[in-house]
Amino acid sequence: MSNLTHLDKLEAEAIHIMREVAAECEKPVMLYSIGKDSSVMLHLALKAFYPEKPPFPFLHVNTTWKFREMIEFRDKIAKKYGIEMLEYINEEGVEQGINPFDHGSSYTDIMKTQALKQALDKYGFTAAFGGGRRDEEKSRAKERIFSFRNSNHAWEPKNQRPEMWKLYNTEINKGESIRVFPISNWTEKDIWQYIQKENIDIVPLYFAKERPCIYRDGNIIMVDDDRLKLRDGEKVEMKKIRFRTLGCYPLTGGVESDADTLDEIIKETLSSVTSERTSRVIDSDGGSASMEKRKREGYF
Amino acid sequence: MNDLLKFITCGSVDDGKSTLIGHMLYDAKLLFTDQEKSLIIDSKVGSREGKIDYSLLLDGLMAEREQGITIDVAYRYFTTEKRSFIVADTPGHEEYTRNMAVGASFAELAIILVDASQGILTQTRRHARICSLMGIEHFVFAINKMDLIDFNKDKFNKIKKEIRILLAEFDYKTLNIIPVSATDGDNVTVKSKRMPWYKGESLLNYLENIDVSSVDNEKGFTMPVQRVCRPNHTFRGFQGQIETGRISVGDEITALPSNEKANVKGIINSGKEVNSAEKGCCVTISLDKEVDVSRGCVLVNNTKPFISNMFRVKLLWMDDKKLVAGKNYLLKLGTKKIPAVVMKIKYKINVNSGDEIPVDAIYKNQIAVCDISTSEKIVFDEFSNNPGLGSFILIDRISHMTSACGTVSHSLRRGDNLTWHAMDITREKRAQQKGQSPKTIWFTGLSGSGKSTLANEIEKRLFLKGMHTMTLDGDNVRLGLNKNLGFTEADRIENIRRVAEVNKLLNDAGIVAISSFVSPYERDRMAAKNIVGEDSFIEVYVSTPVEVCEQRDVKELYAKARSGEITNFTGISSPYEVPQNPDITIDTTGITIEEAADKLMAELEKLL
Repeated sequence: MSNLTHLDKLEAEAIHIMREVAAECEKPVMLYSIGKDSSVMLHLALKAFYPEKPPFPFLHVNTTWKFREMIEFRDKIAKKYGIEMLEYINEEGVEQGINPFDHGSSYTDIMKTQALKQALDKYGFTAAFGGGRRDEEKSRAKERIFSFRNSNHAWEPKNQRPEMWKLYNTEINKGESIRVFPISNWTEKDIWQYIQKENIDIVPLYFAKERPCIYRDGNIIMVDDDRLKLRDGEKVEMKKIRFRTLGCYPLTGGVESDADTLDEIIKETLSSVTSERTSRVIDSDGGSASMEKRKREGYF
Repeated sequence: MNDLLKFITCGSVDDGKSTLIGHMLYDAKLLFTDQEKSLIIDSKVGSREGKIDYSLLLDGLMAEREQGITIDVAYRYFTTEKRSFIVADTPGHEEYTRNMAVGASFAELAIILVDASQGILTQTRRHARICSLMGIEHFVFAINKMDLIDFNKDKFNKIKKEIRILLAEFDYKTLNIIPVSATDGDNVTVKSKRMPWYKGESLLNYLENIDVSSVDNEKGFTMPVQRVCRPNHTFRGFQGQIETGRISVGDEITALPSNEKANVKGIINSGKEVNSAEKGCCVTISLDKEVDVSRGCVLVNNTKPFISNMFRVKLLWMDDKKLVAGKNYLLKLGTKKIPAVVMKIKYKINVNSGDEIPVDAIYKNQIAVCDISTSEKIVFDEFSNNPGLGSFILIDRISHMTSACGTVSHSLRRGDNLTWHAMDITREKRAQQKGQSPKTIWFTGLSGSGKSTLANEIEKRLFLKGMHTMTLDGDNVRLGLNKNLGFTEADRIENIRRVAEVNKLLNDAGIVAISSFVSPYERDRMAAKNIVGEDSFIEVYVSTPVEVCEQRDVKELYAKARSGEITNFTGISSPYEVPQNPDITIDTTGITIEEAADKLMAELEKLL
């Protein structure tokens, strides 16, 4: 009889997957978005190959609208672990002044989806690890751990390859690539409990603190720099808030909270009545199927 | 810490799988408020007249919501006070059987739904069979829609009896049969008041309490090597996940297939040095001496898996293309990936009756027993003894589709007394291995008509399609095989005869042979056709007129023939007999090589 706990089993599953990719795929990369899931992924990658360093680089697709604390954290972590951290910015989008205020969903497409495709093509990566979890969203719940993309990086949800036991089929044709989600079977709660158990470093934005913010369209938005222009009637207030997920600051809603320790965050997560993605402004635009649409177009 | 139960829901279409799980989540208050809100909104536009449609919680793809069916497996995660659960909700349509099997390969327990008003259907039996094939040993049958049969106890008991008969042929450990109503919630999370005759637990209660831990009574240690870890030249470790047993520092291990022995010097588990590790752990093992180990090898202690290149399997065919004996695939078993041939289809299993039916081909969603041969010896075990070393997938070498999944029943080479020579490798088997029908494409026509250029272009195109080809032309044959032949009539006949024989051998080897020879005499071409075999011979007449050929005169042969420097030149001083019944005729006058090849390929595709 096995003595492994639920978290031990999830950890072993993820490590096994990472090693399979490193052994079988030609040119892997690990997507690093700086959030808690990425922190867990990096931690798992360090363990999976120890005493060797992860045999692949990390890639951050920067929209130029991330919280400043995220970028500081990214640079600190890369230095601490001596890993290769690539950054990619869609310079064409920057030149055209694409921003989250004026360009809505085309902002996400240009600065995230297109930028990711450009980055993967530029380096010729054949497999990219992502920190997606199946409990996040309904179309993710249907995605395989090894998810295939055609040469346009598009997902074909109606024709996914069977994935049996832990026998992953990594064969691809030229131009195709694989997205690999080693923590598919983790829930938000598992992530937090693992962060606590393993004492994993995360961006301070996850902890409640007095921060300057405004209320906009039902969300609490943090004013991270002066690029956020106030609309009529909006005023900046100091509120004790924290974030359940992290992304571009104008598109990420915070929650009012006093949870400034991991224990309190876990307690809050366990008693939460809404799912974490509700705080991501981008998901709700386009209805319940919007994530699937974006994935078919090449979103991670 | 809670323990974890992984289960699936399966059964026929409309038996209410998604609804059951949706209702369970809803009743057990396991939904977030935004999920509950969107469920209520989505239900209003659905087909259930505004009543809550619990299945919408799981059917996440656009196509699924549009068609109101489940296409692919959905995974849901929930935790009650007693246990954490991962449930894979699987599709019921026969067309999507392979997606159901994906869910089954992941689960420890299966809930098979049965519509009480319909009883056991073929699809119910198919799913039960696949669950068993994929290694599930714990079954719950949820007899759903009890409201439609007025909660009738006798009808329930009748179905119950059928289930016991069905399961009798499987190896299973536990079975429970629960009457439920997924839409109304009877016996889902709480016991129904409408079925007082049912004395058992509610479904959720049962799932919270059932023990699915396998009693691995002191099995030996096995670990397939995933990769070799070499951070510097002092450290060399073998990384993999322990499939069975446990290992401690100081234990002796044997590396298979090399059979070298060494002692364990160190174990790293989860990034830390440890003294021992058990089944399920992903470890890095270092040894006290150098052994020949790479990915695909297996480290063992106190157990003896098989080392062979032939074994009998039970498989589920998942590809749209059929399976025939002799075809070559990539086989992945443990961490080994290797070319393999399905040597023989023993029989197909009738999903309804379990009968064994001898067949020549296996189609999508069918279960069959086959013999597989790998290109070299590999380490494996019987699935019932070691699932990690006894399960495999077959990968199509061109489309890269996962064509089949299956389990090893037993090794076929006990005592090594069976050898390859006993197998009849026929022309058909070689052809099937290459996935093509071998033919001889014979180009005939005047010098300068475009035969060789076309033959070359056609070979390129066939090659790019993944076909195995070989071209013979006058020059390469006369410089080697036929260099003792001149240009007398007897030598010309002998030249063509030898070329035809080589074509036949190439065809026997499974190869598409392309020949480009002037071959001006009908009787020579007919002789070639007889040697190669009428069914395999495709005669392509390149009918470009002599005037055009003479104008092209790339090798300046026509000029020499006209001046008398060359005698007996076909078309000028020697006749060319136009083929009586060529399979394809093509004139290259005034068209490009690409255009000619396009035309020719269109015709050839009908014949190849």
